[in-house]
Amino acid sequence: MSEELKGYRELPIGGLIVEPGNAVTYRTGTWRTFRPVWHEDKCIHCLFCWVYCPDAAVQVKDGKMTGFDYEHCKGCGICAHECPRDAITMEKE
Amino acid sequence: MAERMALTGNEAVAYAMMQINPDVVAAYPITPQTALMQKFADFVADGEVDTELVLVESEHSAMSAVVGAAAAGARAMTATAANGLALMWEILYIAASTRLPIVMPVVNRALSAPINILCDHSDTMGARDSGWIQLFSENAQEAYDNTIQAVRIAEHRDVLTPVMVTLDGFIISHGLEVVEVLDKEAVQDFVGEYEPAYTLLDPEHPITFGPIDFSDYYMEHKRSQVDGIEAARRVIPEVGREFGERFGRRYGMIEEYGTDGAEALLVALGSTAGSAKAVVDDMRERGLPVGLVKIRAFRPFPYEELREALGKARAVAVMDRSISFGAQAGPLAVEVRSALYGLSPPVRDYIYGLGGRNITLEEIGDILQEALEMAKTEEAEPLVKYVSVRE
Amino acid sequence: MATLKELSRMPELLSPGHRLCPGCGAPILVRLVLRAASEHGGVVAGVATGCLEVSTSIFPYTAWRCSFIHNAFENVAATISGVETAYKALKAKGKVEGNFKFVAFGGDGGTYDIGLQALSGALERGHDMVYICYDNEAYMNTGIQRSSSTPFAAHTTTCPVGKVRKGKTEFPKDLTGIVAAHRIPYVAQASISHWNDLYRKLQKAFSVEGPAFLNVLTPCTRGWRFPSDETVEMARLAVETCFWPLYEVEDGRWKVTFKPRQKKPLEEWVKRQGRFRHLLQPENRHLLEQAQAEVDKRWEELLARSE
Repeated sequence: MSEELKGYRELPIGGLIVEPGNAVTYRTGTWRTFRPVWHEDKCIHCLFCWVYCPDAAVQVKDGKMTGFDYEHCKGCGICAHECPRDAITMEKE
Repeated sequence: MAERMALTGNEAVAYAMMQINPDVVAAYPITPQTALMQKFADFVADGEVDTELVLVESEHSAMSAVVGAAAAGARAMTATAANGLALMWEILYIAASTRLPIVMPVVNRALSAPINILCDHSDTMGARDSGWIQLFSENAQEAYDNTIQAVRIAEHRDVLTPVMVTLDGFIISHGLEVVEVLDKEAVQDFVGEYEPAYTLLDPEHPITFGPIDFSDYYMEHKRSQVDGIEAARRVIPEVGREFGERFGRRYGMIEEYGTDGAEALLVALGSTAGSAKAVVDDMRERGLPVGLVKIRAFRPFPYEELREALGKARAVAVMDRSISFGAQAGPLAVEVRSALYGLSPPVRDYIYGLGGRNITLEEIGDILQEALEMAKTEEAEPLVKYVSVRE
Repeated sequence: MATLKELSRMPELLSPGHRLCPGCGAPILVRLVLRAASEHGGVVAGVATGCLEVSTSIFPYTAWRCSFIHNAFENVAATISGVETAYKALKAKGKVEGNFKFVAFGGDGGTYDIGLQALSGALERGHDMVYICYDNEAYMNTGIQRSSSTPFAAHTTTCPVGKVRKGKTEFPKDLTGIVAAHRIPYVAQASISHWNDLYRKLQKAFSVEGPAFLNVLTPCTRGWRFPSDETVEMARLAVETCFWPLYEVEDGRWKVTFKPRQKKPLEEWVKRQGRFRHLLQPENRHLLEQAQAEVDKRWEELLARSE
């Protein structure tokens, strides 16, 4: 995660950050010890995993769970814990 | 139409605010500012301004609300004094470092303890490192004029720094003077429409205001902030010149009074400078080579202008209406000595007027007489004297 | 009302890549809050100094896709008052277009304690804003110090369990009750575990004119000492033991919005957290009993005043 540090003249005034949501370029996925594994056959697409993910790392399309954003998933395991069908298991990274 | 009115300093500033017609004003009472906000509240109640007046529950919240309003692109003001300024101290730094062009009249009053509601400069001196521009007013007219100019200075694209306009507690704030109140349209035209450099309320461009820095960026942010207040060195006289061209009263960083041929010079802030002018007039009439340098902009401090004005003097007497405990002298004297670095007229500091202790024309005369003595002996000791303190 | 499918289609206003701890309860809440706010137009979020603010706005990164303002620790309510007032003023002059919702986030430290004055002032003045307290029951950002929200007998670093003292000696402040006493249009207590109840309350909060307040339990895996995958369960147990009742006060009318079928003993919640470990020892039994008694008392009082 190396970025070139900017000189003071290149910075917006007053400490402002003018690129909304640029944190998405910061890969918190490197924090993981365990990763969630999706067992699609068991999934009922209740989306509990999606709503309870602190990092919005559960991907959903057209109302259906499609997988995980492993760039950002921190491996907390809430999704696996809350899943009513054991459709997610946590496995060593 | 400009109109000459009998107004107190507080009223004059309230008129200025009314004519500026800011979008948002936050108000919390504290003596001797209270009457200023009361007058402004009258304007609000009579529908003479469009201002949204927020009657907050403390000065800390006053400055916090004004920061929020300014960040949302509004022209925002508040006013305070003494302990109220002290309470908002945390947020003053935030307002300045987030480059918000807030204008705030401060009615100079002593800081506790003991509690004292009368004039001294300890309050705004305590905020001199906060990053705010500080303009001192000699009388009600100047308080009025400064408030109007402050809006242009603060909002200037190169500056974008908040401005404190001071007026001496009770002496100016409650003293009745003849003030020329300008035509409202002319004031509106002078301050212009506010075009914020950034705003929270642009849905196309959301911004994050007030992030956390670690040691990799904090210094760069601070260095960037320096550029803003430094630009004011140029902008304050520019705006002052424009004001003079339009309205007949020109302003700069300092004002020299009777400095031609002066061997002893007095440096003073606020209403005392006004009194000192009368003393200088009298003494010069009697052939004594004395003069006055009045400081209008205390921040940014006019080192170059002062160096030029004081460089020819043979002695300098500084009058400080506050103490900087543990320092060599009061805040103004320390700055003056710094400005004169390399040059060597003797500089003595006179600490006076704390907590509203009166300073008389006679006492100012005595100080100038001592300065003339200093010019002969070239002896500055003692470096600090306290005026009219009972031992 | 909204289904999870509907919510999943709405834009994500808090981006991934923020640096809150794995399993933190706060962003679970924020994701829902920002959705409810965005139903009305643009959103400006003010956040008090604390975990949420610090971890989502580390220069040069921001996780906020809506406008965000951080001022200081104790003044988010005052700051958002100012933003809301500016909006009113500028809208009246035609200088700002569109609708905006203003939401202030503060932790329990920044709300129950240092921020209480600013909160009270903002509520009393009637600003059109929503204040969300994300309650993790201590000053977590500075390393788990006691706040007035910290539960009775909990261990924190400033009221630690030692040889003589056994954690916090006071019961938590009833902040939601204090806010209700301001007689604002809408007040509620909610939990991330009961997302539907929470979302419904958020929708109400953002729909009323004037101030609204939600106090939401957001467990902290680090400070409460439980494994990071149990965050939602810890919130659920707090609700099911009636330690953290779910209720709302709408124009002065109190209503419990969730009654557990079986009220669980407080111990079910307490035994899962390291900060209460000492309460399982026989010599500290009386403290657990005191805690239980207070939970029961407050629950009965709440039921009595609810419709």
